[in-house]
Amino acid sequence: MGMRVLFGLLLAAAMTLVAGAASAHPHVWITATSELLYAPDGSITGVRHAWTFDDMFSAYAVQGLESKTKGAYTREELGPLAQTNVESLKEYAYFTFARADGKKERFQEPVDYFLDYKDTVLTLHFTLPLKNPVKPKQLMLEVFDRSYFIDFQMAKDNPVKLVGAPAGCQMKLDRPSDGSATAQKLNEQTFLNGENSNFGMMFANKITVDCP
Amino acid sequence: MTGRLQSPLARGLLACAALAAVLAVADAALHDLFAQNPFGAPKAAQAPQPEAGGLIGWLLAKQSEFYRQMSSTIRAAKSDGSAVWTLLFISFAYGIFHAAGPGHGKAVIASYLVANRETARRGIALSFASALMQSLVAILIVGISAWILNATANTMCKAEGVIEIASYALIALFGLRLVWVKGRTFIRALQATQPVPAMAGVPHDHDHGHHHHDHHHHDAHDHHGHNHHRHDHGHDHHAHDHHGHDHVHDEHCGHSHGPTPSELAGPGGWRRGFAAILTVGIRPCSGAILVLVFALAQGLFWAGVAATFLMGLGTAITVAAIAVVAVSAKDIAARLSAGRDGGGALFMRGIEFGAAALVLLFGVGLLFGYIAAERTTCF
Repeated sequence: MGMRVLFGLLLAAAMTLVAGAASAHPHVWITATSELLYAPDGSITGVRHAWTFDDMFSAYAVQGLESKTKGAYTREELGPLAQTNVESLKEYAYFTFARADGKKERFQEPVDYFLDYKDTVLTLHFTLPLKNPVKPKQLMLEVFDRSYFIDFQMAKDNPVKLVGAPAGCQMKLDRPSDGSATAQKLNEQTFLNGENSNFGMMFANKITVDCP
Repeated sequence: MTGRLQSPLARGLLACAALAAVLAVADAALHDLFAQNPFGAPKAAQAPQPEAGGLIGWLLAKQSEFYRQMSSTIRAAKSDGSAVWTLLFISFAYGIFHAAGPGHGKAVIASYLVANRETARRGIALSFASALMQSLVAILIVGISAWILNATANTMCKAEGVIEIASYALIALFGLRLVWVKGRTFIRALQATQPVPAMAGVPHDHDHGHHHHDHHHHDAHDHHGHNHHRHDHGHDHHAHDHHGHDHVHDEHCGHSHGPTPSELAGPGGWRRGFAAILTVGIRPCSGAILVLVFALAQGLFWAGVAATFLMGLGTAITVAAIAVVAVSAKDIAARLSAGRDGGGALFMRGIEFGAAALVLLFGVGLLFGYIAAERTTCF
């Protein structure tokens, strides 16, 4: 008994509070498919995403929107919402992070964006052109929300497509299988390289493309 | 009552230790606040991380599981009335797991309870009241904007954003007030330890006798250099002297009157607690808003309302448990430090001050986006 016990208690209390503030939890679920777009010369020009929201969020997003047919929304009727979507996404860097041979690459504002509504869920389509097309030996693309308000899962079937890629390019997808297992794995990795230790990183989808 | 510290050096050391403890807590919190900035530097690797990740990962998996079942259950409830019971159960379970995970509300409540020397019972009451208020706010927002006005998600989200900012500002203000009150008490306690050497020869046989006297109010003595200040430590851990009026009573030099039970449970007590309830409860849970809008879209708004209340109930149970842990930890600390004479009182004032500072930090951190605890995302 004494100061050491007190400090122990204080530390425990502090840890409880800190753990309490440490991280967010998802309220939106997105099932994503991504296409990597290649120019004829073999350089990568951008990424085309199709993000399908969960039905709860979809119902929330279309609340109050006017439509000719009840319960159905055309691409035109969803136009303003799509506009809002891509504008809001800018703040979060479109949840898309690219590295060409280890160097960070930036994206321009989205083009060709629209929403469609099918089977009570919304899908947001948009293309992110790279600021500067690159032709790296290895491209790494990560899709995730750092604060984990949104849970990203790549689709089960054909999650990633290489469009017009040179022959011999190999694609690999690392999924966040489930929270705890990935957390463990990533933390071991964290000790080794000292970076990538953001909480949301545990839930990142990592696409790696190696080209000869 | 062993290690009685009488030398000014020892007292000074204790004072420093108390300060260090407060700083450690504040520093840990700050660290975390800044680590949460999505655009800040990456968080440094920490040893305890894997365990936390595992536990939080599990909590996240559980709550996601329940949450994702909600939409299909509400759909099912349209044709099958018995699905409502499933919905209520899922909502309740979601509430429990949701609150066990991260969130700023319970951190604010816990800090407030420690800072204000509240009882566990009041902690439980506050937890339930603020969760109930959270549910009501969510129902009002969706009921008025979506149901009556048929507003779009974007409009609703903007309204939510305004409430969010207001709630963070409230937390910061609330913290500021706590820091002001507790800071003054803490500084007085610091000053009170100074003239101690002069008192070294005063006998203090009666130190033990007061442990079980419920209504002694020692704050009045803390800042006095006279003989009575030796009484301080014996009473610190009493859960009864926990009201927020220290600054008022501090003026009553030498009057050894404690708060009467009516002062604590009466309207005045609730008025004090109401500030905490409002501060935490005004910010609705995004999950509840989504469920309500979804239920409304299915033509089952009442099911959404029921689910929201059950979520609130589950949340309240977990937050109450955390509140009880916080209060007990503080009480144990008070009991242990009671053996430390005046330094113990100082130590407890230090903890209270630190907890007050935490509330302020949370408010400021949330307000300026350092903590993205539950961001309102308007897509």
